[in-house]
Amino acid sequence: MTHQEIIEDLTGRYGDNIFDIHEPYGLLTLTTKRENIIDLLQYLYNHKTLQIQFLTDLCGIHYPDNIGNELGVIYHVHSLINNIRIRIKVFFPLTDPEIPTATGLYATANWMERETYDFFGIIFKGHPNLKRILNVDEMDYFPMRKEYPLEDQTRRDKQDFHFGR
Amino acid sequence: MSDIKMVEAPEGHSGAGFFATSFDKVIGMARANSLWPLPFATSCCGIEFMATMGSHYDISRFGSERPSFSPRQADLLMVMGTIAKKMGPIVKQVYEQMAEPRWVIAVGACASSGGIFDTYSVLQGIDRVVPVDVYVPGCPPRPEQILEGLMQIQELARNESLRRRNSEEYQLLLSSYNIK
Repeated sequence: MTHQEIIEDLTGRYGDNIFDIHEPYGLLTLTTKRENIIDLLQYLYNHKTLQIQFLTDLCGIHYPDNIGNELGVIYHVHSLINNIRIRIKVFFPLTDPEIPTATGLYATANWMERETYDFFGIIFKGHPNLKRILNVDEMDYFPMRKEYPLEDQTRRDKQDFHFGR
Repeated sequence: MSDIKMVEAPEGHSGAGFFATSFDKVIGMARANSLWPLPFATSCCGIEFMATMGSHYDISRFGSERPSFSPRQADLLMVMGTIAKKMGPIVKQVYEQMAEPRWVIAVGACASSGGIFDTYSVLQGIDRVVPVDVYVPGCPPRPEQILEGLMQIQELARNESLRRRNSEEYQLLLSSYNIK
Protein backbone atom coordinates (compact mmCIF):
# COMPACT_ATOMS: atom_id res chain seq x y z
CA MET A 1 0.00 0.00 0.00
CA THR A 2 1.17 3.50 -0.77
CA HIS A 3 0.98 6.29 1.80
CA GLN A 4 -1.96 7.79 -0.04
CA GLU A 5 -3.91 4.53 0.20
CA ILE A 6 -3.10 4.24 3.92
CA ILE A 7 -4.30 7.80 4.54
CA GLU A 8 -7.54 7.13 2.65
CA ASP A 9 -8.07 3.89 4.54
CA LEU A 10 -7.55 5.55 7.93
CA THR A 11 -9.56 8.73 7.25
CA GLY A 12 -12.36 6.54 5.96
CA ARG A 13 -12.44 4.85 9.37
CA TYR A 14 -11.56 7.72 11.71
CA GLY A 15 -12.58 10.84 9.79
CA ASP A 16 -11.66 14.04 11.62
CA ASN A 17 -10.07 12.17 14.51
CA ILE A 18 -6.93 11.91 12.40
CA PHE A 19 -5.41 15.23 11.40
CA ASP A 20 -2.14 17.01 10.70
CA ILE A 21 -1.10 14.35 8.20
CA HIS A 22 2.24 14.97 6.51
CA GLU A 23 5.32 13.10 5.34
CA PRO A 24 8.58 14.65 6.53
CA TYR A 25 11.51 12.80 4.94
CA GLY A 26 9.07 10.23 3.63
CA LEU A 27 7.85 9.13 7.07
CA LEU A 28 4.06 9.11 7.23
CA THR A 29 3.15 11.16 10.29
CA LEU A 30 -0.30 11.76 11.73
CA THR A 31 -1.86 13.06 14.92
CA THR A 32 -4.82 11.54 16.68
CA LYS A 33 -6.70 11.87 19.97
CA ARG A 34 -6.38 10.03 23.25
CA GLU A 35 -9.68 8.25 22.75
CA ASN A 36 -8.61 6.75 19.43
CA ILE A 37 -4.98 5.83 19.97
CA ILE A 38 -5.35 2.27 21.25
CA ASP A 39 -8.11 1.53 18.74
CA LEU A 40 -5.90 2.87 15.94
CA LEU A 41 -2.90 0.78 17.00
CA GLN A 42 -5.16 -2.25 17.26
CA TYR A 43 -6.64 -1.54 13.82
CA LEU A 44 -3.19 -1.25 12.24
CA TYR A 45 -2.14 -4.44 14.04
CA ASN A 46 -5.06 -6.48 12.73
CA HIS A 47 -5.18 -4.86 9.29
CA LYS A 48 -5.25 -7.54 6.58
CA THR A 49 -2.70 -5.96 4.24
CA LEU A 50 -0.77 -3.50 6.43
CA GLN A 51 0.01 -5.86 9.35
CA ILE A 52 1.77 -3.19 11.40
CA GLN A 53 2.72 -5.37 14.34
CA PHE A 54 5.96 -3.94 15.66
CA LEU A 55 6.33 -1.01 18.08
CA THR A 56 9.70 0.54 17.26
CA ASP A 57 9.55 3.28 19.86
CA LEU A 58 7.30 5.14 22.24
CA CYS A 59 8.38 8.39 23.83
CA GLY A 60 7.13 11.61 25.35
CA ILE A 61 7.56 15.25 24.42
CA HIS A 62 6.86 18.58 26.07
CA TYR A 63 6.01 21.75 24.14
CA PRO A 64 5.42 24.38 26.85
CA ASP A 65 4.21 26.97 24.26
CA ASN A 66 1.53 24.65 22.94
CA ILE A 67 -1.16 25.82 25.39
CA GLY A 68 -3.73 23.12 26.11
CA ASN A 69 -1.66 20.46 24.34
CA GLU A 70 1.67 20.74 26.13
CA LEU A 71 2.44 17.06 26.56
CA GLY A 72 2.57 14.46 23.86
CA VAL A 73 3.25 10.80 23.31
CA ILE A 74 4.72 9.62 20.01
CA TYR A 75 4.42 6.08 18.71
CA HIS A 76 6.60 4.70 15.93
CA VAL A 77 5.07 1.55 14.50
CA HIS A 78 6.52 -0.64 11.79
CA SER A 79 5.27 -3.39 9.54
CA LEU A 80 8.07 -5.92 9.27
CA ILE A 81 6.16 -7.70 6.53
CA ASN A 82 5.62 -4.72 4.22
CA ASN A 83 8.40 -2.46 5.52
CA ILE A 84 6.02 0.42 6.20
CA ARG A 85 6.60 2.84 9.05
CA ILE A 86 4.02 5.19 10.59
CA ARG A 87 4.54 7.82 13.26
CA ILE A 88 1.50 8.61 15.40
CA LYS A 89 1.36 11.56 17.77
CA VAL A 90 -1.10 12.29 20.56
CA PHE A 91 -1.22 15.58 22.48
CA PHE A 92 -2.99 16.44 25.73
CA PRO A 93 -2.84 19.15 28.41
CA LEU A 94 -0.24 19.27 31.17
CA THR A 95 -2.99 19.47 33.79
CA ASP A 96 -4.42 16.14 32.66
CA PRO A 97 -1.40 13.99 31.74
CA GLU A 98 -3.20 10.71 31.21
CA ILE A 99 -3.34 8.33 28.27
CA PRO A 100 -4.41 4.68 28.00
CA THR A 101 -1.60 2.14 28.05
CA ALA A 102 -0.50 0.19 24.97
CA THR A 103 0.80 -2.72 27.04
CA GLY A 104 -2.27 -4.78 26.22
CA LEU A 105 -1.20 -4.77 22.58
CA TYR A 106 2.60 -4.54 22.78
CA ALA A 107 4.46 -6.11 25.70
CA THR A 108 7.45 -3.95 24.79
CA ALA A 109 5.46 -0.82 25.64
CA ASN A 110 5.84 -1.70 29.32
CA TRP A 111 9.38 -0.35 29.76
CA MET A 112 8.93 2.43 27.21
CA GLU A 113 5.91 3.76 29.09
CA ARG A 114 7.74 3.50 32.39
CA GLU A 115 10.54 5.60 30.90
CA THR A 116 8.06 8.15 29.55
CA TYR A 117 6.43 8.36 32.97
CA ASP A 118 9.85 8.67 34.60
CA PHE A 119 10.91 11.66 32.50
CA PHE A 120 7.65 13.41 31.61
CA GLY A 121 5.20 12.37 34.32
CA ILE A 122 2.71 11.03 31.81
CA ILE A 123 0.32 8.59 33.49
CA PHE A 124 -0.46 5.50 31.42
CA LYS A 125 -3.82 4.24 32.65
CA GLY A 126 -3.94 0.49 32.99
CA HIS A 127 -0.17 0.01 33.05
CA PRO A 128 0.65 -3.03 35.24
CA ASN A 129 3.69 -1.52 36.98
CA LEU A 130 3.96 2.23 36.46
CA LYS A 131 7.03 3.28 38.44
CA ARG A 132 10.34 4.96 37.64
CA ILE A 133 12.76 2.88 35.60
CA LEU A 134 15.95 4.95 35.17
CA ASN A 135 15.98 7.61 37.88
CA VAL A 136 16.00 7.15 41.64
CA ASP A 137 12.61 6.48 43.20
CA GLU A 138 12.94 9.44 45.61
CA MET A 139 12.98 11.94 42.72
CA ASP A 140 9.98 14.26 43.05
CA TYR A 141 10.13 15.93 39.63
CA PHE A 142 10.13 14.96 35.97
CA PRO A 143 13.49 16.01 34.56
CA MET A 144 12.69 16.12 30.82
CA ARG A 145 9.86 18.61 31.18
CA LYS A 146 10.91 22.03 29.96
CA GLU A 147 10.24 23.66 33.30
CA TYR A 148 13.84 24.21 34.38
CA PRO A 149 16.09 27.10 33.41
CA LEU A 150 19.21 26.34 31.42
CA GLU A 151 22.46 26.32 33.33
CA ASP A 152 23.85 29.75 34.09
CA GLN A 153 25.96 30.52 31.03
CA THR A 154 28.32 32.76 32.99
CA ARG A 155 29.52 30.24 35.56
CA ARG A 156 33.25 29.58 35.38
CA ASP A 157 33.76 26.84 37.95
CA LYS A 158 33.52 23.92 35.54
CA GLN A 159 35.62 25.16 32.65
CA ASP A 160 38.06 22.83 30.96
CA PHE A 161 41.27 24.19 32.46
CA HIS A 162 40.08 23.26 35.95
CA PHE A 163 40.18 19.63 34.84
CA GLY A 164 43.53 19.72 33.07
CA ARG A 165 41.94 19.70 29.64
CA MET B 1 72.52 -8.53 42.73
CA SER B 2 69.09 -7.09 42.32
CA ASP B 3 68.52 -3.56 43.49
CA ILE B 4 65.54 -4.13 45.76
CA LYS B 5 64.80 -1.03 47.79
CA MET B 6 63.99 -1.64 51.40
CA VAL B 7 61.81 0.63 53.48
CA GLU B 8 63.86 2.61 55.93
CA ALA B 9 63.47 1.62 59.55
CA PRO B 10 61.50 4.05 61.66
CA GLU B 11 63.33 6.16 64.19
CA GLY B 12 64.09 4.32 67.38
CA HIS B 13 66.81 3.05 69.63
CA SER B 14 69.03 0.25 68.54
CA GLY B 15 71.65 -1.63 70.45
CA ALA B 16 73.31 -4.99 70.44
CA GLY B 17 70.61 -7.44 69.40
CA PHE B 18 67.59 -5.21 69.90
CA PHE B 19 65.71 -2.34 68.31
CA ALA B 20 63.13 -0.36 70.20
CA THR B 21 60.51 1.92 68.67
CA SER B 22 56.85 2.73 69.16
CA PHE B 23 53.92 0.60 68.07
CA ASP B 24 52.47 3.51 66.09
CA LYS B 25 55.48 3.66 63.84
CA VAL B 26 55.83 -0.05 63.19
CA ILE B 27 52.16 -0.60 62.48
CA GLY B 28 51.98 2.57 60.39
CA MET B 29 54.92 1.36 58.34
CA ALA B 30 53.34 -2.06 57.84
CA ARG B 31 49.96 -0.60 56.84
CA ALA B 32 51.46 1.95 54.49
CA ASN B 33 53.43 -0.67 52.59
CA SER B 34 50.69 -3.24 52.29
CA LEU B 35 47.64 -1.24 51.22
CA TRP B 36 45.03 -3.34 49.48
CA PRO B 37 42.94 -1.18 47.19
CA LEU B 38 39.32 -1.96 46.41
CA PRO B 39 38.81 -0.50 42.94
CA PHE B 40 35.29 0.85 42.40
CA ALA B 41 35.65 1.73 38.74
CA THR B 42 32.65 2.94 36.77
CA SER B 43 34.11 4.72 33.74
CA CYS B 44 37.14 6.23 32.00
CA CYS B 45 39.13 6.75 35.22
CA GLY B 46 38.76 3.01 35.76
CA ILE B 47 40.53 2.41 32.44
CA GLU B 48 43.28 4.73 33.60
CA PHE B 49 43.53 2.69 36.78
CA MET B 50 43.91 -0.50 34.74
CA ALA B 51 46.93 1.12 33.12
CA THR B 52 48.19 1.89 36.64
CA MET B 53 47.82 -1.79 37.52
CA GLY B 54 49.74 -2.82 34.40
CA SER B 55 53.44 -3.63 34.32
CA HIS B 56 54.56 -0.20 33.13
CA TYR B 57 53.25 1.80 36.07
CA ASP B 58 52.91 -1.21 38.36
CA ILE B 59 50.88 -0.25 41.39
CA SER B 60 52.23 -3.46 42.97
CA ARG B 61 55.47 -1.64 43.80
CA PHE B 62 53.58 0.09 46.59
CA GLY B 63 52.55 -3.10 48.32
CA SER B 64 49.23 -3.10 46.47
CA GLU B 65 49.98 -6.40 44.86
CA ARG B 66 46.49 -7.77 44.98
CA PRO B 67 43.67 -5.32 44.27
CA SER B 68 40.87 -6.68 46.39
CA PHE B 69 37.61 -6.88 44.47
CA SER B 70 35.80 -7.51 47.72
CA PRO B 71 35.45 -5.38 50.86
CA ARG B 72 37.11 -8.23 52.81
CA GLN B 73 40.66 -7.32 53.84
CA ALA B 74 40.57 -4.15 51.72
CA ASP B 75 42.02 -0.99 53.24
CA LEU B 76 41.58 1.54 50.50
CA LEU B 77 38.43 2.31 48.54
CA MET B 78 39.35 3.84 45.19
CA VAL B 79 36.30 5.35 43.52
CA MET B 80 36.99 6.09 39.87
CA GLY B 81 34.41 7.42 37.51
CA THR B 82 31.01 9.04 37.50
CA ILE B 83 28.81 8.03 40.41
CA ALA B 84 25.15 8.45 39.56
CA LYS B 85 22.72 9.17 42.38
CA LYS B 86 21.41 5.66 41.90
CA MET B 87 24.91 4.28 42.51
CA GLY B 88 25.49 6.37 45.66
CA PRO B 89 23.92 3.89 48.13
CA ILE B 90 26.04 1.08 46.67
CA VAL B 91 29.25 3.06 47.17
CA LYS B 92 28.18 3.70 50.74
CA GLN B 93 27.35 0.04 51.29
CA VAL B 94 30.77 -1.06 50.02
CA TYR B 95 32.41 1.49 52.31
CA GLU B 96 30.39 0.26 55.30
CA GLN B 97 31.41 -3.33 54.59
CA MET B 98 35.12 -2.49 54.79
CA ALA B 99 36.83 -2.95 58.13
CA GLU B 100 38.76 -0.21 59.92
CA PRO B 101 41.27 1.18 59.24
CA ARG B 102 40.05 2.28 55.84
CA TRP B 103 40.92 5.11 53.50
CA VAL B 104 39.16 6.54 50.45
CA ILE B 105 40.53 8.08 47.26
CA ALA B 106 38.25 9.92 44.85
CA VAL B 107 39.97 9.57 41.48
CA GLY B 108 39.17 12.10 38.79
CA ALA B 109 36.83 15.04 38.41
CA CYS B 110 33.58 13.02 38.47
CA ALA B 111 34.20 11.15 41.70
CA SER B 112 35.55 14.32 43.32
CA SER B 113 32.89 16.80 42.26
CA GLY B 114 30.60 15.41 39.60
CA GLY B 115 32.93 16.78 36.94
CA ILE B 116 31.30 18.01 33.76
CA PHE B 117 28.11 16.11 34.60
CA ASP B 118 26.38 18.92 36.43
CA THR B 119 23.00 17.31 36.09
CA TYR B 120 20.03 15.87 37.94
CA SER B 121 21.15 12.26 37.81
CA VAL B 122 24.78 12.53 38.95
CA LEU B 123 26.10 12.71 42.49
CA GLN B 124 28.14 15.92 42.76
CA GLY B 125 31.12 14.27 44.43
CA ILE B 126 31.31 11.08 46.52
CA ASP B 127 32.06 13.07 49.67
CA ARG B 128 28.31 13.46 49.90
CA VAL B 129 27.98 9.78 50.84
CA VAL B 130 31.36 8.69 52.25
CA PRO B 131 34.28 10.57 53.84
CA VAL B 132 37.19 11.07 51.43
CA ASP B 133 40.89 11.25 52.31
CA VAL B 134 42.53 12.14 49.00
CA TYR B 135 41.14 13.72 45.84
CA VAL B 136 42.98 13.10 42.58
CA PRO B 137 42.26 15.85 40.03
CA GLY B 138 42.20 15.37 36.28
CA CYS B 139 39.84 14.20 33.60
CA PRO B 140 41.02 11.54 33.45
CA PRO B 141 44.13 11.67 35.66
CA ARG B 142 47.26 10.03 34.29
CA PRO B 143 48.53 6.89 36.05
CA GLU B 144 51.30 8.98 37.63
CA GLN B 145 48.63 11.07 39.33
CA ILE B 146 46.86 7.98 40.65
CA LEU B 147 50.19 6.74 42.01
CA GLU B 148 50.71 10.14 43.63
CA GLY B 149 47.30 9.82 45.27
CA LEU B 150 48.23 6.37 46.53
CA MET B 151 51.49 7.75 47.93
CA GLN B 152 49.53 10.47 49.73
CA ILE B 153 47.41 7.72 51.32
CA GLN B 154 50.60 5.89 52.29
CA GLU B 155 51.75 9.06 53.97
CA LEU B 156 48.47 9.28 55.88
CA ALA B 157 48.65 5.62 56.89
CA ARG B 158 52.27 5.90 58.00
CA ASN B 159 51.66 8.86 60.28
CA GLU B 160 48.27 7.96 61.62
CA SER B 161 47.97 7.48 65.35
CA LEU B 162 46.66 4.07 66.40
CA ARG B 163 43.89 5.77 68.34
CA ARG B 164 42.73 8.07 65.57
CA ARG B 165 39.83 5.78 64.66
CA ASN B 166 38.56 5.88 68.24
CA SER B 167 38.74 9.65 68.51
CA GLU B 168 35.70 11.78 69.15
CA GLU B 169 36.32 13.72 65.96
CA TYR B 170 36.38 10.60 63.80
CA GLN B 171 33.18 9.26 65.34
CA LEU B 172 31.52 12.61 64.68
CA LEU B 173 32.66 12.51 61.07
CA LEU B 174 31.21 9.04 60.56
CA SER B 175 27.96 9.90 62.29
CA SER B 176 27.61 12.97 60.04
CA TYR B 177 27.45 10.44 57.19
CA ASN B 178 25.04 8.23 59.17
CA ILE B 179 27.56 5.42 59.20
CA LYS B 180 27.20 3.05 62.19
